[in-house]
Amino acid sequence: MESKANNTCDNCIHFNVGELKKLGIKTANFDFVVALAGNPNTGKSTVFNALTGLRQHTGNWPGKTVTRAEGAFEYQQQKFKLIDLPGTYSLLSTSNDEEVARNFILFGKPTVTVIVVDASRLERNLNLVLQILEITSSAVLCLNLMDEAGRNNIKIDTRTLSKDLGIPVIPTVARSQNGIPELIQTISELANGKIKCKRYNIKNIPNNIEKSVQVLSEEIEKEYPNISNSRWIAFRLLEGDTQIIEALENGEIA
Amino acid sequence: MEKLRKMNRKRINRIISLSEELRWKIGDDFHDNLTESIYADASKIVEDSVTYTNKKSRFRLDVNIDKIVTSKIWGFPIMLFILGVVLWLTIIGANYPSGLLSELLLDITHPILKNFGESVGLPWWLNGFLFDGVYLAVAWVIAVMLPPMAIFFPLFTLLEDFGYLPRVAFNMDTMFKKSGAHGKQALTMTMGFGCNAAGVIATRIIDSPRERLIAIITNNFSLCNGRWPTQILLATIFIGAVVPESYSSFVSLSAVIGIAVLGIFFMFFFSWALSKTMLKGEVSTFNLELPPYRRPVFWKTIYTSLIDRTLIVLWRAIVFAAPAGAVIWLISNIDVGNESIASWIIHALDGFGFLLGLNGVILLAYIVAIPANEIVIPTILMLTIMVTGISGGEGAGVMFELDSFNAMGDILKEGGWTLLTAVNVMLFSLLHNPCSTTIYTIYKETRSVKWTVVASVLPVIVGLIVTFLVAQIWRILL
Repeated sequence: MESKANNTCDNCIHFNVGELKKLGIKTANFDFVVALAGNPNTGKSTVFNALTGLRQHTGNWPGKTVTRAEGAFEYQQQKFKLIDLPGTYSLLSTSNDEEVARNFILFGKPTVTVIVVDASRLERNLNLVLQILEITSSAVLCLNLMDEAGRNNIKIDTRTLSKDLGIPVIPTVARSQNGIPELIQTISELANGKIKCKRYNIKNIPNNIEKSVQVLSEEIEKEYPNISNSRWIAFRLLEGDTQIIEALENGEIA
Repeated sequence: MEKLRKMNRKRINRIISLSEELRWKIGDDFHDNLTESIYADASKIVEDSVTYTNKKSRFRLDVNIDKIVTSKIWGFPIMLFILGVVLWLTIIGANYPSGLLSELLLDITHPILKNFGESVGLPWWLNGFLFDGVYLAVAWVIAVMLPPMAIFFPLFTLLEDFGYLPRVAFNMDTMFKKSGAHGKQALTMTMGFGCNAAGVIATRIIDSPRERLIAIITNNFSLCNGRWPTQILLATIFIGAVVPESYSSFVSLSAVIGIAVLGIFFMFFFSWALSKTMLKGEVSTFNLELPPYRRPVFWKTIYTSLIDRTLIVLWRAIVFAAPAGAVIWLISNIDVGNESIASWIIHALDGFGFLLGLNGVILLAYIVAIPANEIVIPTILMLTIMVTGISGGEGAGVMFELDSFNAMGDILKEGGWTLLTAVNVMLFSLLHNPCSTTIYTIYKETRSVKWTVVASVLPVIVGLIVTFLVAQIWRILL
């Protein structure tokens, strides 16, 4: 039965989460791809389990997820395929796990990227967040481990943070399911274009580099008008990343 | 199409040459500059949105715990102590449920099944094959292996969730470096204490191929869950019995820890030997983050470790035990000449077994049990019962009382076991080939027949040498 949208229940997260179906590993015929990225040991796998109903093994040590794990959930009749990427501190170096994460965000083109961070170690985690935001702005910050932050007397103004980053920020305690309904709702709204994100560009770049990046990214945009993350590609080209050059040649990026 | 590719090529070349030109201009601190700008941005953002209500108390507890558990003096004793507590709980907790299960499955259910088979008119060989072979093997595996696993696994998982493993890695880092291996091998080694196949997969966290190979080849020296119960059982039955009863659990516990530590010693030794010979190279450096301690979600951890680990591992053991039971029954009941095939094999192996302080039954059991270490002890028990002709489970002979460890001890002693046999089986259980799952995993991870063979054969050779030496020295001294 179709119900009218003016029913107040329809706008309530806790009502809608009733329609959540955890699909486990049934990842066929999905509508959207959601990537789960973040530093090691921030609880990505716990968030992954909370969303998919899977019991991917979690453990309190960095580097536990070594390959990417896939799962799915259905929310409001739409299927979301979820990819749990290995935890990394950065996307700028050459190690194996960073490559898996970087390549997936860049070439896998997830509809939404959920960036899981440790709320009590926000500053260090932001390093990765800002790099991801150069690649894609369709992201949501999952401010996990809020209970630990609270215990360590850390208060985070999520509204200011969200404004600064240009993406929605959802505080969670994934292992006790706190904030997961809100996270699901936000992922769905992002995927359906109901929330618009603002592009974040790294600001404090020295002038001469910033200029070079601009020149190069303008040139890239001229040649490939469909590219949305020309600045990131410019970064990688200036770094001399051969994979990016290959990807341009194969047309994997455009 | 060709034209399009050419055009594309031209565009790319233009962009690449432009980027090269620019790279030349900005110099080679681009990477550092970019990283610094990101950090500057991050610190500005945090300044605006994060407040610390009481700066002093942040992480103080964690830091204090770390000061103790990673200290030079207390780090290792605490590690041994924690391992000891986990094993002690397993030893004292497993005996009683193990007795209950064997009474239920062996003393009560087994005769019922056999009578049922007779009453529906099964021929004797089918009845024997099904219930003395397949069923008994499965029942033994459940009775012997389930209780220790159901205690050991959840305890191990609780430690893992608490965040202790990275501290172990931290403590052992220098030792790994000295042996020419990667410090993260401490993590894969500890994973190996759960399951060697999992430990081998976990070596993916090691970037350098050389150090990763070392970690893979030496992972088998971590006692896995299929072997812990063997150690605990034999230590309790044979070594604990040597001393007065009030010390027995302490002594058997020390023996098990001793075997585990010996495994760690061999792991270091072969890491060192490999890095000096076949796998020479530099030691890479890395950052290891000590994560905050987290209180495990107790019941959830217990539940998932029971469901995900214990039952899956038990299921695997059962899957391999059923055909193994069938094989055991067949080779014990098919006669060639006037002896069964099993007797032939066992007698043929007995001489070699004697040299190693073992016997033919044990060697045959290790061949039958290649698919899963979990079924070694059940296989030994079944073969011993069938070969010696003592009847297990029902009727005269060995009775299964609630204290099932003693009952098992009686069967083994009937089969000619001495203290030396038990010690050498414990050593051989530590030092023999990985199970077939692990071997297959090693092949999948290395894609190299050579390294798979090295990783599979090396521990057996070590095991043969060690048990041989122990047997000879033992016989000379005692």
